[in-house]
Amino acid sequence: MARKMGKSVREAFGLTLAKLGEAHNDIVVVDGDVNNSTHTGFFAKKFPNRFFNVGIAESNLIGVAAGLASSGKRAWASSFAAFIMCNAYDQLRMSVAFPNIDVKIVGTHAGISIGEDGPSQMGVEDVSLACSLPNFTVIVPADEVSTEKAVNALAGIKTPAYLRAGRPNVPLIYEANTPFQLGKASKLREGKDVTIIANGLMVAMALDAADALAVKGVQARVLDMHTVKPCDDAAILSAAQETGRIVVAEEHLAHGGLGSAVAMSVVRQHPVPVRFVNLDDEFAESGSPEALLKKYGLTADNIVKAALELKK
Amino acid sequence: MAAPSLDELKRIAKTIRKDIITSTTEAGSGHPTSSLSGVEMAVALYFGGYLKHDPKNPNWPQRDRFILSKGHAAPLLYACLAEAGYFNKDLLHTLRKIDSPIEGHPNYAHARAAGIGGIEASTGSLGQGLSLGLGHALATRLDGYDSHVFVMTGDGEIEEGQVWEAVMAAEKYKADNLTAIVDQNGYQQTGSTHEVMDMKPLKPKFEAFGWFVQDIDGQKLEEVQPALAKARANKGRPSVIISRTTKGWPIQNLIGDPNHHGKPLTKEQAAAAIAFIDKN
Repeated sequence: MARKMGKSVREAFGLTLAKLGEAHNDIVVVDGDVNNSTHTGFFAKKFPNRFFNVGIAESNLIGVAAGLASSGKRAWASSFAAFIMCNAYDQLRMSVAFPNIDVKIVGTHAGISIGEDGPSQMGVEDVSLACSLPNFTVIVPADEVSTEKAVNALAGIKTPAYLRAGRPNVPLIYEANTPFQLGKASKLREGKDVTIIANGLMVAMALDAADALAVKGVQARVLDMHTVKPCDDAAILSAAQETGRIVVAEEHLAHGGLGSAVAMSVVRQHPVPVRFVNLDDEFAESGSPEALLKKYGLTADNIVKAALELKK
Repeated sequence: MAAPSLDELKRIAKTIRKDIITSTTEAGSGHPTSSLSGVEMAVALYFGGYLKHDPKNPNWPQRDRFILSKGHAAPLLYACLAEAGYFNKDLLHTLRKIDSPIEGHPNYAHARAAGIGGIEASTGSLGQGLSLGLGHALATRLDGYDSHVFVMTGDGEIEEGQVWEAVMAAEKYKADNLTAIVDQNGYQQTGSTHEVMDMKPLKPKFEAFGWFVQDIDGQKLEEVQPALAKARANKGRPSVIISRTTKGWPIQNLIGDPNHHGKPLTKEQAAAAIAFIDKN
């Protein structure tokens, strides 16, 4: 189904953060010289004295954000997912997660859908790394509407969080008035035969897959599991009990992302067969986003295939 | 509060040294030698009037901050906090023991949950404290407070690249309310800094980054105190005190012996060391 295109998650984040800055003068932003890519530039233009570009130095970026937060500011730190999570991981662990302070991390240009810049720029392990940080909430929004709500919701909690923001414009999934709650999956479609659990740009593909499955007489439930940690155990339990089969789809390496979180939850609560549509244990390559998603298997067709395999 | 006399500070320094030795020997592990080298600096800060703080109101927003980036010198921090009245001295007997909020390296969240004030940061993964200090300095400046942030690093610690990222950024933001203190005791885990990774000459490195640099004998309160006063009065750029010290000072059989890094004294050595401190 053709869906109306919306803004990218990174742009929706940047616009929302700038709006938050108007209402809250304790919000500060730290950048690693990519604010025109992450869109924290919107905030920087409005509030230059609360914006700190510390240069291409992610370790110090996180440390400065943590210091600002320790002295009572609400700090948002943003760079590319690959750089902020991988280059500054010990700082996230030691200066943010361990002291459990209010720093929000936004990693943009996550996944392979950044396209032509290639694997060095693709954060494909960021969710796994973020989930391995105690005290962190981890969010992967699907569209601009839910991103705005997620950013506002994160601003309302006092503990650290990671928000993953992709580069390309993505289809609109939500209406402006759709409710959003941290830690609670959004049920986008009801179904009794299989549940597709997805997040990020795979949510639109999950809905496309559900349409295709319906043509074949398979009714798929679709859950947007935007919060990977804490993941919605209750929604997963219902899915396992009521549909008996689960397909998880994410733009992330197989290890440690949404698939792992769902699998753990299923096994603990109500074991049923689960299939995964995600990235194999390898690095991708340069190419157009569309070509990459196809070549590396992140398609509605593969979700359909996985669901039908479970139905056999 | 009237600043205590030099004799009084020297007396407190002896007490802190004895507490470091006693608590680590009792714990059976820890880094007494790394703690001993920083005593004069910490004593001047906490008790000499150079650190604006209130043990009864540890989260006072206008306070100065002391961040112990060389987290393995935690026994020094705990001894000073106890002596200053942040918590009862009896707590020092629980150092490194299960459930104690005074852990092997400073644990901010645990200390806060236990109602223990004065621990400004979780440290122990080296190289991170100066960035935290810069964040505090920027935050207190935004709030319009006259707060100064002191960060003590080791001389081995400054081999970490993040330290120099923070050095760059502090100059960019003209963070004159930030003072780094390099406790230059000359040794790191496996040997002398001269052998492992020689950073000398250190002074021109900081100067090249635009910092105000003082190079002092960090074991002499007579040099430490004026250096802290100048650092606080310095305007327009961040400042650093290269504090030349001696690891294990003043216990003769610990000095110059790299095998004593991360090792407590035996009961007999501790008793002899304490007797030596009392006598001198």
